[in-house]
Amino acid sequence: MVRFENVGLRYGLGPEILRDLNFLIPAHSFQFLTGPSGAGKTSLLRLLFLSLRPTRGLVNLFGQDVSQLGKDQIADLRKRIGIVLQDFRLLDHMTTYENVALPFRVMGREETSYRKEVIDLLKWVGLGERMDALPPILSGGEKQRAAIARAVISRPHLLLADEPTGNVDPTLGRRLLRLFIELNKTGTAVIIATHDMTLMDQYDARRLVLHQGRLHIYE
Amino acid sequence: MSRTPDEHGPLLDLGHERPQVTARARNMSPIVPRASIAGRALVAVVAIMTFLASITTGTVLLVSASAAEWQSEVASEITIQVRPVAGRDLDRDAAAVADAMRAQAGILEIRPFTKEESAKLLEPWLGSGLSLDELPVPRVIVARVAPGTALDLAGLRAKVIQLAPSASVDDHRAWIERMRSMTGATVLAGVGILALVIIATIISVSFATRGAMAANRPIVEVLHFVGAGDRYIANRFLRHFLRLGLQGGVIGGGVAMLFFGFSESIASWFSGTPVGDQFAALLGTFSLRPSGYLALAAQAVLIAAITALASRRTLFATLDDID
Repeated sequence: MVRFENVGLRYGLGPEILRDLNFLIPAHSFQFLTGPSGAGKTSLLRLLFLSLRPTRGLVNLFGQDVSQLGKDQIADLRKRIGIVLQDFRLLDHMTTYENVALPFRVMGREETSYRKEVIDLLKWVGLGERMDALPPILSGGEKQRAAIARAVISRPHLLLADEPTGNVDPTLGRRLLRLFIELNKTGTAVIIATHDMTLMDQYDARRLVLHQGRLHIYE
Repeated sequence: MSRTPDEHGPLLDLGHERPQVTARARNMSPIVPRASIAGRALVAVVAIMTFLASITTGTVLLVSASAAEWQSEVASEITIQVRPVAGRDLDRDAAAVADAMRAQAGILEIRPFTKEESAKLLEPWLGSGLSLDELPVPRVIVARVAPGTALDLAGLRAKVIQLAPSASVDDHRAWIERMRSMTGATVLAGVGILALVIIATIISVSFATRGAMAANRPIVEVLHFVGAGDRYIANRFLRHFLRLGLQGGVIGGGVAMLFFGFSESIASWFSGTPVGDQFAALLGTFSLRPSGYLALAAQAVLIAAITALASRRTLFATLDDID
């Protein structure tokens, strides 16, 4: 599903922050991406999400060489990827419900066709009572859950999550991990970037460890 | 993996906890909030630009229509002057030329000016009570040509000169040429002003679009995250700009149409004054024909379309920068 070959990344003329990355992310797989702060986890997620282009090497996503893709093709590929960012990126003028339903809206689906699914998911992540609330009045944890719900609602083929349990208590953290595992069981490949060892210890999964710009894989 | 979002059941089965939802669609917030676009300023700019463009176009149409009217009036007349020369009887020469003109095919009417009428024509320059016998004043004969007649002017000249060697025939061609070039210059100036107005509109709209995009950058980024293409994002913004452009166009064009609609009565307030008379001479009745109003309406739509197009161009350029 995802193949990186000798991928390197640098910002501007600075040093190479990711070096010689070679790995595969198989379909239906589950992995944690970890490493110390500043190791390049977010940059690697951005490479996977196609919001950054590698300085060198080959990135192949869903069987396509991303260096050959135009903007429209990239947009189409992104519809198959869900992403949860550390800063949530919710739209403040939309309710929680509307934020979570946004991927469906962009796909052009009728609101009545996805409403039950969105409401079910919001209840699952504990936001059933906050459906009509605007993000500015949500707590950090609620925002995070809304961002996760938005990323998983369209059941992407690949889910990228950057510290998805960083702002929630351990109980909710476990619940969210369960959501990711459920999603993985329905066929989504999941990559969770975290340095929360407790979270990683809760589920036996492949670990990709970034250290000094290089990737070490522990199956 | 070749799933589509509709191929599977619910992501989570909540069983009996499944919420009951009504079938009616919710009212969803717009993806790009209307308030986030500095609309009023842009509507004002487009309205002012449309008003200026409409006034320019209306004036050009008025001048062109009046000029065409003068030209057709003047082109349908020929003036013959018989000058007094020693050894010839001026009255007899003038009568002979008038008779010859009457017999000429394509001439509808002949109006020879008498001595008294000629004196009347000269009165503004020479004053009244003048005896024309003491002055070598030429005699004027005005011939009205049937519309659509192509007169053989050279033949006519030769015939007139045979009867009165001191006569000259003037078909006002030089004057018409001057009129034509004046009208052309007016139209050209109008087109120049229109071009400037359109350029200013495009620049204003581009700035407004850039401002709106900058204010909504977080929305654009999120839309990119959820897989929206540039076309989808641009269309969300474009609707606002098209609406703003149409609002501005309707206001500016509407005020200009009212201006022309009332201009006849406004012009009547000034009638009798030197300024009013000059305007009346230049622009006739100051009233725009129905086709003129149609042209103004079409122009307002054109400016709204230009607003949308300029906005679209800037949107795509800005989206390239954001991604």
